[in-house]
Amino acid sequence: MREAAAIATEASLLDIRNLQIRLGRTRGAGLSVLDGVSLTVERGETIGIVGESGCGKSVLSLSILGLLPSAMRIGGGEIWYEGRHPLHAMTDRDIRAFRGKEIAMIFQDPMSSLNHGLTIGYQITETLRLHLGYSRKEARERAVWLLRKVGLPRPESLLREYPHQLSGGMRQRVMIAIAVSCNPGLLIADEPTTALDVTIQAQILDLMRQIREEDGTSILLISHDFGVIADMCDRVLVMYAGQIVESGTVDELFERPLHPYTAGLLRSIPTPAKKNSPLYSIEGHVPALHERGAGCRFASRCAHATERCRTEQPELVAYRGGHAARCFLAEAEGGNQHAAV
Amino acid sequence: MPPSEPLVELNGITKSYAKPVSLFKRQTLRAVDGVSLSVRQGETLGLVGESGCGKSTTGQIAARLLAPSGGKLLYRGEDVTGAGAGALRQALRRRIQYVFQDPYTSLNPRFPIGRLLGEPLKINRLCGRKERQLRVGEMLETIGLDVSYAKRYPHELSGGQRQRIGIARALILNPEFVVLDEPVSALDVSVQAQILNLLKKLQREFSLTYLFISHDLNVIHYMSDKVAVMYLGKIVETADVDSLYSRPLHPYTQALMSFVPADDLRAKREKIILKGDLPNPLAIPAGCPFQTRCAHVHERCLSAAPSLKEASPGHSVSCHLYA
Amino acid sequence: MKRMKSYSLVLGASFVSVLFVVMLISLVYTPHPPNEMNIRERLQAPSVRHWLGTDNFGRDILSRVMVGSQTAFEVGAVSVAIGLLGGFLVGTLAGYMGRWVDELLMRATDALLAFPGILLALLLVSISKPSLFQTMLAIGILSIPSFARVIRSGVLQHKEADYVKAARGLGAGHANLIFVQIAPNIASSVVTTAALSFSTAVLIEAALSYLGLGVQPPDPSWGRMLNEAQSYLAKAPWFTLAPGLLITLTVLGFNLLGDGIRDLRDKKS
Repeated sequence: MREAAAIATEASLLDIRNLQIRLGRTRGAGLSVLDGVSLTVERGETIGIVGESGCGKSVLSLSILGLLPSAMRIGGGEIWYEGRHPLHAMTDRDIRAFRGKEIAMIFQDPMSSLNHGLTIGYQITETLRLHLGYSRKEARERAVWLLRKVGLPRPESLLREYPHQLSGGMRQRVMIAIAVSCNPGLLIADEPTTALDVTIQAQILDLMRQIREEDGTSILLISHDFGVIADMCDRVLVMYAGQIVESGTVDELFERPLHPYTAGLLRSIPTPAKKNSPLYSIEGHVPALHERGAGCRFASRCAHATERCRTEQPELVAYRGGHAARCFLAEAEGGNQHAAV
Repeated sequence: MPPSEPLVELNGITKSYAKPVSLFKRQTLRAVDGVSLSVRQGETLGLVGESGCGKSTTGQIAARLLAPSGGKLLYRGEDVTGAGAGALRQALRRRIQYVFQDPYTSLNPRFPIGRLLGEPLKINRLCGRKERQLRVGEMLETIGLDVSYAKRYPHELSGGQRQRIGIARALILNPEFVVLDEPVSALDVSVQAQILNLLKKLQREFSLTYLFISHDLNVIHYMSDKVAVMYLGKIVETADVDSLYSRPLHPYTQALMSFVPADDLRAKREKIILKGDLPNPLAIPAGCPFQTRCAHVHERCLSAAPSLKEASPGHSVSCHLYA
Repeated sequence: MKRMKSYSLVLGASFVSVLFVVMLISLVYTPHPPNEMNIRERLQAPSVRHWLGTDNFGRDILSRVMVGSQTAFEVGAVSVAIGLLGGFLVGTLAGYMGRWVDELLMRATDALLAFPGILLALLLVSISKPSLFQTMLAIGILSIPSFARVIRSGVLQHKEADYVKAARGLGAGHANLIFVQIAPNIASSVVTTAALSFSTAVLIEAALSYLGLGVQPPDPSWGRMLNEAQSYLAKAPWFTLAPGLLITLTVLGFNLLGDGIRDLRDKKS
């Protein structure tokens, strides 16, 4: 599903069209992990992808930079960067020029994404020297500048320290420093604050906002936490079982969710007002890869599922203002309903 | 109406670990530093704090999985801190149980579910095989799983299902007091809701008393009657849940509460973003442990450690601002 | 890559099974009496009557090699049993109790490990009259460190696991924790070590009997046969080939089996 791009003269920063990711190395065969996912990220935008485990959001983020595990491959669709770089078709060698330079990623667990055996200084300067050709001295200076930019104290002595000597929050800041070191146009953040305490989480999100404002970096933020998404993102995509089931602005989604899954998720979040009654929880469980039938993947858990839902696959349809949903019920109502659970 | 005498009481519990820094030097890690808590029968006490604050350690001490370095643990008024071998320990074991955080590592991967659930009964020699099977079947039904699950292995189950097994295992001995250590942190939101509902249902059905440990403020609010906030091994504030969330007194609690979303998740709340990091738990500064991040720090805080004092009925706080 | 892994287990298991069957057969039947000398027929090349030829005393090589397999299996089994038992005691005590007990036991194990295996075996065996039992004992003692290490590391790793804490919280005693809770989780790495130790045992026995210790003449042993054969290498190469090949196949078979089991375990976890 494409946004009405006729007005925009400039190509989107990131344009993913109908991406399919399959499990298995041989052509044609294999289960489908991601099914026809499309999204765009414009310059300066922050797009959120929200979903629970197994929905494919991490796989989506890894596929952009060609970091899929060897068991998976791109089975179809395209990934365009700046309208002219076809990331989906590039060899590993060609994509390397983008990794860490034009597009950078930060991951959930900074302890496993940083090399235990190398100093912080080495890991930051390595990227600078590789991509921007800095000399050792230049790289060191820039590294100090970067560490200061991300709010770390004593940057000079920090260069000599190892990841295990830092706290979780500090490590995540280092990750961010490495990620923005070459001034990327797009920052992909996969659950960047999930492993952190709530007070540190706030600091990290604040830092990301700061970077966004100072450098105009676009952010693709993946999380299962609606609060984080609501805090940071302009537009949100909700994923379920390998597909996008709803997309829209934060306000649209929260005020009037169109898809029953989105509505169900929002209702299950415990908030102070819900204290004295049982929490709403969505019946059933997420279908495993081989359990996905021909019809709507949410049908087995949806209170409003019809025969059509169980046999036919709904398309992702955009309604007024670009708020889209993949649901026959929404189609019937013309996108005017508030999805009930 | 719960009886006024507490079921479980922790008095001045401390737990220290000695960490050898070099051949001759050792540093003491005070994981828990003088914690006093009490829970009444049928109540849920929420224990909230961030990583490294000592809440898990406190929970394990309360469940008698760890021995404290100092202080007393009281059960129904009786001092059970040092209860060593014999009948007392056995009896206590059945009354106090613990649910682990990680549903993936807390179940022996080599045992089928039926065996995992029957293990507590077997170890304590409570009944023969036939009856064990019966009780296991009953328990599976209670937690909403089909009896056929008894033959399956942990790796065949989802995280939510495994956590149910963990809870069931704790309950099969019919305990009175259950310590739940982050029981839903590893689970997705929709599964989390199922587990929380289950926990509440079981509490009503079996008249259980919970010590519920979590870092998630929403979940704590949903489950607890009273809440205690921990920071670096100390309790900094305790109150009943509504008072704590609506009128937090300690600057740390205030910061935490600023992150609790209003019912409208989008509402832009004034978030109090604390500066700095948690200090190294091996080198906690003298005076108030929160001094490095507090916006209201003044001289007294650097030299004298505050103690927990009642600020209003049922609401205590450990801070010089209220001394 | 994946296909290579499955070959290990299949190949290893096949080799070992074939050898085992041959050994069993030799208990009740060999083509010729293994120790029967027939000077007139000495050093004959492989023929229909003697499938692997005859040795310098005219004895049928095939029969001797078959009976030699009994020695190999016996030595392997007994020494692995000794190693396993000793290793289990040391490894469990060290891993479970930790602190000074661990230090003490592990340093002692290291000391044992530091001795060159064959020399130590030689030492032990030459102190008293060389015999099969001495050999098995020596090799068994030598294999204790490998088992001790594997078991200790497994115990250390699982001792702190949540599920063990859970069992402890339910009232399980030390015996239950070690034998019931932890043991099944370290079983497969122990089996792998056992397979590999078996092949080492066979190799050391061959070396010892080559040097004249271990099994005494006229009873056949592969190593001893190699010793006897080496003077006739040019004249009767088949004589060396038979025991040498069998030693190789046995060692290879058990190594592959050990690898295969380890890969199987890795895939499962």
